[in-house]
Amino acid sequence: MSASTTMPVLEARGLSTHFVSRGGVVKAVDEVSFSVARGRVLGLVGESGSGKSVTGFSILGLVDPPGRIVGGEVLFQGRNLVGLAEHEIRHLRGNRIAMVFQDPMMTLNPVLRIDTQMVQAVFAHQRMSRADARGRARETLAMVGMPSPDEQLEAYPHQFSGGMRQRVAIAIAMLHRPDVIVADEPTTALDVTIQAQILAEVQKLAREQGTAMIWITHDLSVIAGLADDVAVMYAGRIVESGTVDEVLDSPAHPYTRGLIDSVPSSNSCGERLRQIRGMTPNLRNLAPGCAFRFRCDRADDACTRDPPRVERPLGHAFRCFHPMTVS
Amino acid sequence: MNAPESLAALAPDESSIGRFWREFASSRFAVGGLAVFCIIVLAALFAPWITPQNPYDLMQLDIVDGRLPPGSASAAGYTYWLGTDEQGRDMLSAMIYGLRISLGVGIGSAIVAGIVGTGLGLIAAYFGGRTDAAIMRLVDLQLSFPSILVALMILAAVGKGVMNVVLALVIVEWAYYARTARGTALVERRREYIEAAESLALPKWRTVFLHLLPNCLPPLIVIASFQVARAIALEATLSFLGLGVPVTEPSLGLLIANGFQYMLSGKYWISLYPGIALLVTIVCINIVGDQLRDVLNPRARK
Amino acid sequence: MSAAPGRPEEGSLPLRLTAQSANGALKSEAVIELRDVSKQFGPAPDAIARFGVRMGWMKPPRVARAVDRVDLQFTRGEVVGLVGESGCGKSTVGRMVAGILRPSQGTMLYRGQSVDAMSAAAARQAKLKVQMIFQDPYGSLNPRKRVAQIIGEAPRVHGLIDGDFDAYVDAQLQRAGLDPAYKRRFPHEFSGGQRQRINIARALAVDPEFLVCDEAVAALDVSIQAQILNLFMDLREQLNLTYLFISHDLGVVRHLSDRVAIMYLGRIVEQAKAVEIFARPNHPYTQALLSEVPRITARHRTFAAIRGELPSPLRPPPGCHFHSRCPHAMPRCSQEAPVLREIAPGHHSACHLNDSN
Repeated sequence: MSASTTMPVLEARGLSTHFVSRGGVVKAVDEVSFSVARGRVLGLVGESGSGKSVTGFSILGLVDPPGRIVGGEVLFQGRNLVGLAEHEIRHLRGNRIAMVFQDPMMTLNPVLRIDTQMVQAVFAHQRMSRADARGRARETLAMVGMPSPDEQLEAYPHQFSGGMRQRVAIAIAMLHRPDVIVADEPTTALDVTIQAQILAEVQKLAREQGTAMIWITHDLSVIAGLADDVAVMYAGRIVESGTVDEVLDSPAHPYTRGLIDSVPSSNSCGERLRQIRGMTPNLRNLAPGCAFRFRCDRADDACTRDPPRVERPLGHAFRCFHPMTVS
Repeated sequence: MNAPESLAALAPDESSIGRFWREFASSRFAVGGLAVFCIIVLAALFAPWITPQNPYDLMQLDIVDGRLPPGSASAAGYTYWLGTDEQGRDMLSAMIYGLRISLGVGIGSAIVAGIVGTGLGLIAAYFGGRTDAAIMRLVDLQLSFPSILVALMILAAVGKGVMNVVLALVIVEWAYYARTARGTALVERRREYIEAAESLALPKWRTVFLHLLPNCLPPLIVIASFQVARAIALEATLSFLGLGVPVTEPSLGLLIANGFQYMLSGKYWISLYPGIALLVTIVCINIVGDQLRDVLNPRARK
Repeated sequence: MSAAPGRPEEGSLPLRLTAQSANGALKSEAVIELRDVSKQFGPAPDAIARFGVRMGWMKPPRVARAVDRVDLQFTRGEVVGLVGESGCGKSTVGRMVAGILRPSQGTMLYRGQSVDAMSAAAARQAKLKVQMIFQDPYGSLNPRKRVAQIIGEAPRVHGLIDGDFDAYVDAQLQRAGLDPAYKRRFPHEFSGGQRQRINIARALAVDPEFLVCDEAVAALDVSIQAQILNLFMDLREQLNLTYLFISHDLGVVRHLSDRVAIMYLGRIVEQAKAVEIFARPNHPYTQALLSEVPRITARHRTFAAIRGELPSPLRPPPGCHFHSRCPHAMPRCSQEAPVLREIAPGHHSACHLNDSN
C-alpha cells in the first residue's frame, strides 16, 4: 500500500538489455519495470540466466559489450540514467546509488589496507580532510556491525573471513549514505549464521537510514524474511510482482507457484517435492510468447503469444494467460 | 516421474577442435609461422625426393665443384642455387638433409623427454610425500646446472652420435616437463573428478594416466613447442662445438661450423644459409608456441 | 598453547549410538560405522622437521583437526543428514565414509568389519559399495571424457558388466533420468542439473548400497534442486540405498533425513531423529542454526543473529568449541569439552547445560 503512496526513489520502465553475438540475440533483460521507494527492500528473484544480475548492472550502467541497454528508462529521483554520459553516471555511482556484489573482492583491492580503500572511496565523491574521511570510514564500519572498527581499518582484505569482507564491502557502499543500494546475491556464499548477521545489519540500515534496496537473489526464503516487495524474473522478464505477502501467499504465475513448491522447507518432510519439470530455456533467439510454457502444465496455444500484464489490487501484477488463482 | 531431460535447449556447440583452430587463427602471424614450419617439416620429410643431390652419397660429389658461389652451374650441368661447400656438396641439398637431422633430434628428444618428464611429474604430484620430494630434488639438481654444460659433459662421456645427442638432450630437458606437469597436476588432482576416480576404486595408473594426464596436457603442449626450439638450438650449438652429430650426418649446426673457417675469405654462403634456415625454424616454432600458449591458457584469454 | 583439547575422561569409551531399524528390531547391523574417528590435515613432518622439533629448535607444525573423535553409525536404508557450516569437517567425514580419505585415528567398519583389516580385494569391494555425489557439477566430471566413458569406465574395470557395454550405460542413464541418446557428448554440453544426473549415474553404475551426497544440490537452481532431491528419494526406494546427506541447508536436510547430526568445528554436537531435533533442539548451536534459517513462511522477520565469527579450525577455542559464541556460556565451557550424552531416547547432545538440569 505504502509503495503506491510514496514517490519511488528508483524506477525502471520497460528496461531492455540485449547481448548480440555470433549466435544471435540474447534478450537478457526484456521490458522490465519495477520501482522501489525510500526505506523499502525490493527482492529481485530468479534462477541462473533469468537476467536478474544483468538488471542490477543495467541500473548502474555497468553492462559491458556485447551487452547494451536497447530500450526503456531507469529513473533515479525522476531523472533518466539511460543514455547519461559516463562522467555523469560515475558521479552518481558509489555516491547516490551503490552496488554490493556476491564476491566482496569485486569491491576490495587485495593489496591495499581497508582504511586506504575507504578513504579513497570517500574522496571520490566528497572533499574533506583525511582525518574526517577516516572518521567517516570508522563510523560506517561500526554501522555495519564491525567489531572494533579502528583495528579493522589497519587490516588487509585477506585477513578477513568472507563474512567480514562482505561487511566491509557493504560499508564502502554505505559511505556516502546512498539513496539506493543494489545488492547482487551478497549473502549467497556465506554460512547460515553469518548470513543472518549480515541480513540483520542490512535490515537495520534500510530502516534507520531510509536507504532503498534492490536485493537480487535466487533464494525465496531470504526474500520472504527481508523484502517488502518482490519481483520474480524468468528468462529476462518479470513474470510476477507485488508485495511479498501477496506474491508468496497467493502466487498467480505458475512459475512462482512452482518455485515456492520447490523449496523443501515449505513441504512436509519425506514427500516428493512438487518440482518444475525441464530446465531453463536457451535465451538465444527465444521465440515470442511465454518463455515458461515449455515447463508449464497449464500452457496451451494461447501461450505462444506474449501474455499481457494483468493487475490485481494491492499492486500485485503478473504476466500469464492462465493464472493460478482467481480472486 | 523423472522424464528424461531434453538437450534441445542447448545450442549445438561447435566442436572443440573447430574452436581451437578459430582461436589459433585469430593471429595471422601465428598462422604464417605455422605455415612456414609445415613447409620446413615437409621439406625435411621428403628430402630424398626434392633435393637435387644426395649429399651423403660420395659418388655424387665432385671435388671440382667445391666452394662454388650461389647460382653456379655444376660440371654435370645443373645449378647450385645456394652454392657448394668445400667437398663440392650442393648447399641446398645439404641444408634440407641437415634440417632432417636437426628437426629429428629436436622433436625426438622433446618427445622422449616429454614422456619421461611428464610421467615423473604426474607421479610426484599424485603420490606426493617422499616420492614427490625425491623426484623434485632431482629436478632442482638438474635445473641448477647450465644445460649446455650438462650436455657437454654427457657427450664427452658417451661420445658423438645422433642417438647420444638425443640422450643428452633428453637428460637436459626432462626436468622442465616434470616441473610443469607436477604444477598442473597438483591443481587438477584437487578437482572432484579425481576424488570420484578414487571413490570408484579405479587403479592408480588409470587415474594418473587416463584422468589426470589428459587434463594436464595444454601447458605441456606449450612447453613442448618451446622445448623443441630449444633442443634444435642446443643440438646446433653442440654440433658447432664439434661434440654433436658425426661429420657423416651433418646437421645445420655442423654445416655452419664447416663453413665458419671460410667466412672471412668471403665464402659466406656455406655458413650463412644454414644459419638462416636454423633461425627461421626456431623463430617459427616460437611463434607457434606463443600463440598456443595464448589459446591454451584460459587466464591469458580476454 | 597445548594442542587440541582432549575429552575430559581419557580412557572412557566414547559413547556409541545404536539406531533402531524401521521394523523395530532391537539393533540392526550398521552398513558403515565410524568409531572414534579423527582426521588431521597438515604437512607430515619430514625428518629434518622432526629432528628440529625434538631438539626444540622448531615449533611442531600446526595441524588442522578437521574431524575430532566422531562416532557415527548408518543403518541400512537410513538417510542421515550431516549439518554444519564451512570448516566444520562435514565434508571430511563424508570423504572418509566414501573411502577417499583415511582416518588419522579410529576405525571405520564396513558391515562390522574394520576396513583396515580387510584384504585389498575386500577393501576395494567395500569402497565400491559406498559412492559419493559431489557438490560441484562442473569439477566432478572429467571434462575430456564422453558421458559413456565417464559412466562405464569403473564397472568395466571392475568386471560388473555381463552383457553389452552400451546397454549397461543406457540403463544407468535412464535410471538417472537422462536420455541415453546423449551418451556420446562431453560434460560441458550439459546444464548443471543434467551433470548432477551424470554424477548420480556414474555412482550408481558400480551398484553401491550407500551414497554420500556432499552438498549435492547446493550449486543447483531451486527448481532443478527439487528435481534432483526427488530423484534421490526415488532411488532410495528403488535400490534401498543408505544416504549420508551432507548439507548446510537445514530445509533440504529436514526434508530428506531420518536422523540428523549437527557438527561444529570437527565435533558432532547433537544427534537425534530428524523430527526430534527440529522440534526440540537441545544444543545452543543447533537452536541458533534453526532460528537463523530463512524460511519462506517467515515474513518481515527481524534477523537476530548469534554473535561472532566462525573460529578457525586451526585454532578452535578450548573446551566446548562453541563457547565463544554461545549465549549460555559458563566458565566451565571454556575449560572442559562436553561429552555427547543421551538426553532423551535416541537424542544425544554435547552441552554442559544438560548436567545442571
